[in-house]
Amino acid sequence: MPYDAQAVRRLVARGKQWDKVFVIAGLLCLMVGVLTLALLLAGLIHDGAGRLNWEFFSNFPSRRAERAGILSAMVGSSLVMLVTALAAIPLGIAAGVYLEEYARRNWVTEIIEINVTNLAGVPSIIYGLLALSLFVYGMGFGQSILSAGLTLALLILPVIIVSTREAIRAIPGSIREGAYALGATRWQTVRDHVVPYSTGGILTGVIIGLARAIGETAPIITIGALTFIAFLPPAPLGAEFPFLSFEWLRSPFTVMPIQMFNWLSRPQAAFQENAAAAGVVLVVMTLLMNAAAIWLRARYRKRIKW
Amino acid sequence: MNTVPAAIRPDRFAHRALRHWGERLIEGALFLAAFSAVAVTVAIVGVLFYESLSFFEHVPLRDFLTDTQWTIMFSDKHFGVAPLLAGTLTTTGVALLLAVPVGTVTAIYLSEFASHRVRETVKPALELLAGIPTVVFGYFALLMVTPALQWFMPDLPGFNMLGPGLVIGVMIIPYVSSVAEDAMRAVPMHMREGSYAMGATRLQTALKVVMPAATSGVVAAYILGISRAVGETMVVAVAAGQQPNFTFDPRQSGATITAFIVQVALGDLPHGSLEYQSIFAVGLVLVLLTLFFNVLGHLVRKRFREAY
Repeated sequence: MPYDAQAVRRLVARGKQWDKVFVIAGLLCLMVGVLTLALLLAGLIHDGAGRLNWEFFSNFPSRRAERAGILSAMVGSSLVMLVTALAAIPLGIAAGVYLEEYARRNWVTEIIEINVTNLAGVPSIIYGLLALSLFVYGMGFGQSILSAGLTLALLILPVIIVSTREAIRAIPGSIREGAYALGATRWQTVRDHVVPYSTGGILTGVIIGLARAIGETAPIITIGALTFIAFLPPAPLGAEFPFLSFEWLRSPFTVMPIQMFNWLSRPQAAFQENAAAAGVVLVVMTLLMNAAAIWLRARYRKRIKW
Repeated sequence: MNTVPAAIRPDRFAHRALRHWGERLIEGALFLAAFSAVAVTVAIVGVLFYESLSFFEHVPLRDFLTDTQWTIMFSDKHFGVAPLLAGTLTTTGVALLLAVPVGTVTAIYLSEFASHRVRETVKPALELLAGIPTVVFGYFALLMVTPALQWFMPDLPGFNMLGPGLVIGVMIIPYVSSVAEDAMRAVPMHMREGSYAMGATRLQTALKVVMPAATSGVVAAYILGISRAVGETMVVAVAAGQQPNFTFDPRQSGATITAFIVQVALGDLPHGSLEYQSIFAVGLVLVLLTLFFNVLGHLVRKRFREAY
């Protein structure tokens, strides 16, 4: 026998030392991500904190770095997000509901599913090219808030569809059977039971999608958003009849990430300080949205016991 | 006259028919919503082909594929896509050199070593990393990573492909590690138990039992990382210099396909000009490239799937 018990024990002990080495390596690799996040935040705050005051939020962009602000970018981002949400949420939820509750197992369904998966893998800038040709010139929307909002809506559609499907799939069949047994139609079952019970999961997907849309730069640059906008779009609410105005949809605009990119691509250090400050605002917004989504998901996962 | 029971009176049928049609209508509307995914794909492919067609009417396809210069913004125009492809592949290569080892070790650690609590705290943190806007990572690459690299390599120019490549690498770690981890966790427990019973340690089990069994999923994770890195735009647009440069040396400045599209779009070129059409032509190349990797990933997963 080449090994006695002692030798085997030593062999295993030696092997276990490598376990410890690997645990350290694993922790180091985890740290790469976490450390980057920390460094990034610390760097942005260090570079940009000096600019983060009330004027920065209430001023328009300016040729003078110390007077420049993000008012038009914040308003632009909010309005674009409004269009994106109004377009993507109903469409995404409807598509998710169809695929889970109505679709028969046939080739049409399969094609739709393959397309949803593929769309999630298409680089975001390609959506910009699509929008440039289709929305900006083809449909004549121009380089407007409407074009940008619709572009981002297409971009986050797969996110909302997938999360809607996952949320619906978690609802046990007995809920549906109960509704059918009481004489409810399919739509009544979906409307009164399936969708309300999956609200938490759907909301999580919607928030993650919108957080992604708010930080997207490439597709908006591609449709040709202007970077120097020293005015606000026309207000959606007016004092005179008919009180509601949709002029703002056709208005030129800028959004937060583009404003940051613009400042970042200037050589002067003063503008890069502005870029850092805009970066802080942008990161805080997306982190808050993502954290809310993660919290919401954990909460709903815990609370519902069928 | 005998009375018809209430349950089968004609008006009741009429009500049912109406209800039936309502249901049909709703189903149709929901189907249209789902079908929009197909419509978007068709629109993307259609637009790219249509606009590229007018580009290739002016530029021979042979020049596009073989010329080694891309100088569309200058008066002496060359239309070789090679420099843009070289830039794309270089930054992607650098990103993979970082993301593959780090992502794999992270995945093995999370799947085989970490306690439930560590996993539940670390995974959301990685998700947060994936949620940071890319333009912010561009800032990070240009003003923090490149200066840090210059400290080690004094000759490194301010615009280079190494810094952005590394930053893209960090950005795709969450994608690589989470897909690879899912693949490893799908390996059934009894295979690990068999290995432990033979006296193997955790690391031996992870490397010699779990990894081979999860190969297809792990490779698919790498391919997902590649297709993300290829399509990444803002980091290279900000920090790589936007100069199409036919080189695979990451220390030099360069432009990727995506960075070129951004550069042209910022120039506000007239609709229908050659420059305008060129971004659709290179966009088509980009889509074909990512499509290739997506299909490859799908095939790898299907072909090498181990069924237990």
